[in-house]
Amino acid sequence: MEVVNSFFVTPSSSRLKGIWSWLLTTDHKRIGLMYLYSILFWFLLAVLLGGFIRLELMFPGETFISPEVYNSLFTLHGVIMIFLFIIPALPAVFGNFFLPIQIGTDDVFFPKLNLLSWYLYMAGGIIAVISLFSDGFPDTGWTFYVPFSISTNTNVSTAVFAAFVLGMASMLTGLNFITTIHRMRKKNMGWMQIPLFTWSLYATSWVQLLATPVVSITLLLVMIERYIGVGLFDPAKGGDPILYQHLFWMYSHPAVYIMILPGMGVISEIIPVFSRKSIFGYKAIVASSMAIAVAGSLVWAHHMYTSGMSDTAVFVFSLLTFVVAIPSAIKVFSWVATLYKGSIQMAPPLFLSLCFIYLFSVGGLTGLVLGAAGTDIYVHDTHFVVAHFHFTMFGGTGFAFFAALYYWWPKMFGRMYDFKKAYIGAILLTGGFMFHYVPMFILGLQGMPRRYFDYLPQYAKGNFFAGFGAAFMIIGIFLLVINLLLTLRKPMDASSDPWGGTTLEWQTPSPPPLHNFVKEPVVLDYPYDFTGVVKKYAKNTKGE
Amino acid sequence: MSSPSDESGKKLGMWLFLYTEIILFGGLFVLYAVYFARYTSDFIEGGKELNRLFGVANTIILLISSFSVAASITAIQKKEKKRAMAGIVAALLCGLVFLVNKFFEWSHKIDLGIFPNSEKLLDGPPGQNIFFGLYFVITGLHGIHIILGMTLLFISLVYVQRNRTNHERFALLENSGLYWHLVDLIWIFIFPLFYLVI
Repeated sequence: MEVVNSFFVTPSSSRLKGIWSWLLTTDHKRIGLMYLYSILFWFLLAVLLGGFIRLELMFPGETFISPEVYNSLFTLHGVIMIFLFIIPALPAVFGNFFLPIQIGTDDVFFPKLNLLSWYLYMAGGIIAVISLFSDGFPDTGWTFYVPFSISTNTNVSTAVFAAFVLGMASMLTGLNFITTIHRMRKKNMGWMQIPLFTWSLYATSWVQLLATPVVSITLLLVMIERYIGVGLFDPAKGGDPILYQHLFWMYSHPAVYIMILPGMGVISEIIPVFSRKSIFGYKAIVASSMAIAVAGSLVWAHHMYTSGMSDTAVFVFSLLTFVVAIPSAIKVFSWVATLYKGSIQMAPPLFLSLCFIYLFSVGGLTGLVLGAAGTDIYVHDTHFVVAHFHFTMFGGTGFAFFAALYYWWPKMFGRMYDFKKAYIGAILLTGGFMFHYVPMFILGLQGMPRRYFDYLPQYAKGNFFAGFGAAFMIIGIFLLVINLLLTLRKPMDASSDPWGGTTLEWQTPSPPPLHNFVKEPVVLDYPYDFTGVVKKYAKNTKGE
Repeated sequence: MSSPSDESGKKLGMWLFLYTEIILFGGLFVLYAVYFARYTSDFIEGGKELNRLFGVANTIILLISSFSVAASITAIQKKEKKRAMAGIVAALLCGLVFLVNKFFEWSHKIDLGIFPNSEKLLDGPPGQNIFFGLYFVITGLHGIHIILGMTLLFISLVYVQRNRTNHERFALLENSGLYWHLVDLIWIFIFPLFYLVI
């Protein structure tokens, strides 16, 4: 392959120099990397905040922070992790970088809108920080439930506005992706030849468009209530606070599928590549992505079994919650079936994906405990819930994020990392994770409520152990990140296809040139056909 | 770069965006539906307080403006620049008249002591407080959308005047027109929900 300059060297508009060639770029790859840097910053910050929460909870009573600071800490941890990390992490970083490449085009459909989304994202982050330093960060938790969010004196309005702006960024990204997938695919790429990561982004984008405006208007209403006091959620003025919860979860439950769907897409890419075997049930995975997007929009009220609803409503939402578990299970079975009788090549991305499958399954199954109205009444708002959603969000999306980083890092930066450190980091992370969250399941079943600053003596042992798990986990996270950053000192020497992948991003040099492809990529009839890869690697072992 | 001539792609993006706007108002209409079921008689009483004449006038004004935007899009395709510009100007004027009407309506209500958190509403039946609360929030948000739509139309006007929007490239004008129709459409729902309650 002839030598071409990578996108690091060629600015997307040749007039731009230095820092401006990044800040004003319309190149989807540069925008993806800008997202990566900012998202990593927020993630590591929120990890440390979470660590402080755990440190405080290791011993009963006040350990080193006051109850007010503790309330702000878990709110900040939640807001940053949800709105600034998990929702944008996979679509904004890897979606931006790889979606156009996977469908064989040179950019997203609206490149300028893409840059605007990044600025909205940054503005949202900065507004969130401002709310921290003005009147004290809100102590409402990330859900901003009324009436507390309307009556508390802390700076809820600014934080809510930050979430509103971030919602806009997420919506515009979704709009951009849908248009790109519809209009810019390579001419000979049919819908059933689109790689699964792109498919999952397509489903995600629809959820983003469907659901985000609902939370936008809800958050606007919180601001209106705070400034004007219309009373739409205030029982004294004829309003109904439960309606706030309905509106909030109408977005925020679908939002958990915005978080997990792209993660499932990443895993669907990695598993077949390292099994050297075509993915089991391509069409079933595609269909289940869309099914999750549809069914996931209809289950919001399972967050509200204890808030007051008719028994019929509880029954219907409980049933729908069980229905939405089916497509997720289809994916898990498809991944496992792909591994079966494959010739598995172990590498850090696969290792992280395997951890993902295990942790996500635990998270999904405990979700059913919460989805069943009968059991939920007992564990509602306990540490069981906290453990459950960390298993899905962190054990799921978080691990998928690391798997994606380790899978695509050589493509994005042209450098291969050290496997040994990656394995150690991943083992620390997974081991610490189990030590951290399994005690929380037990604590929750014993009845320890979430979000409480202090607890009864019988919960001391579990909280003490969880603190150690958190420490291992945080060390693992930093080791994984530092291992990648260390490669930046090395020369760019990764080959165009270090793993033996079949999707289009492996047909271009690492890192890709400005217009993504040196020569026209070849679209396979079936996107996960490994016969060519297997032949190539067989030759190499014979020394040819 | 993306092929600059893919006009239907740009329209697809705009339709998706309009969809989000519908959902944005949809959240408010959900609130309306729930509270209407709860306080039906209060909502009917509240609806009688609103001036139907103003409501009808504003509906007709917006329908005319939608027609003139549609006419200007047809005109630009037929290379009739002057007519296209006249259509946009007419729509802008209609939007302005709508806002002036709205201003008089709101200030009349405020003079009567009907505004969010006013003593009159707080002392009255809770259903009426919710009715007028929703009235101010929804028409207020709609008013903001009218201003946004007028801004878009004004930008299109400048583009047409400078020939940057012409019979080959009119996606900006068409998308602004789509946005304007949406704002109109939302009003078509607001009008019966508030002015013509049963």
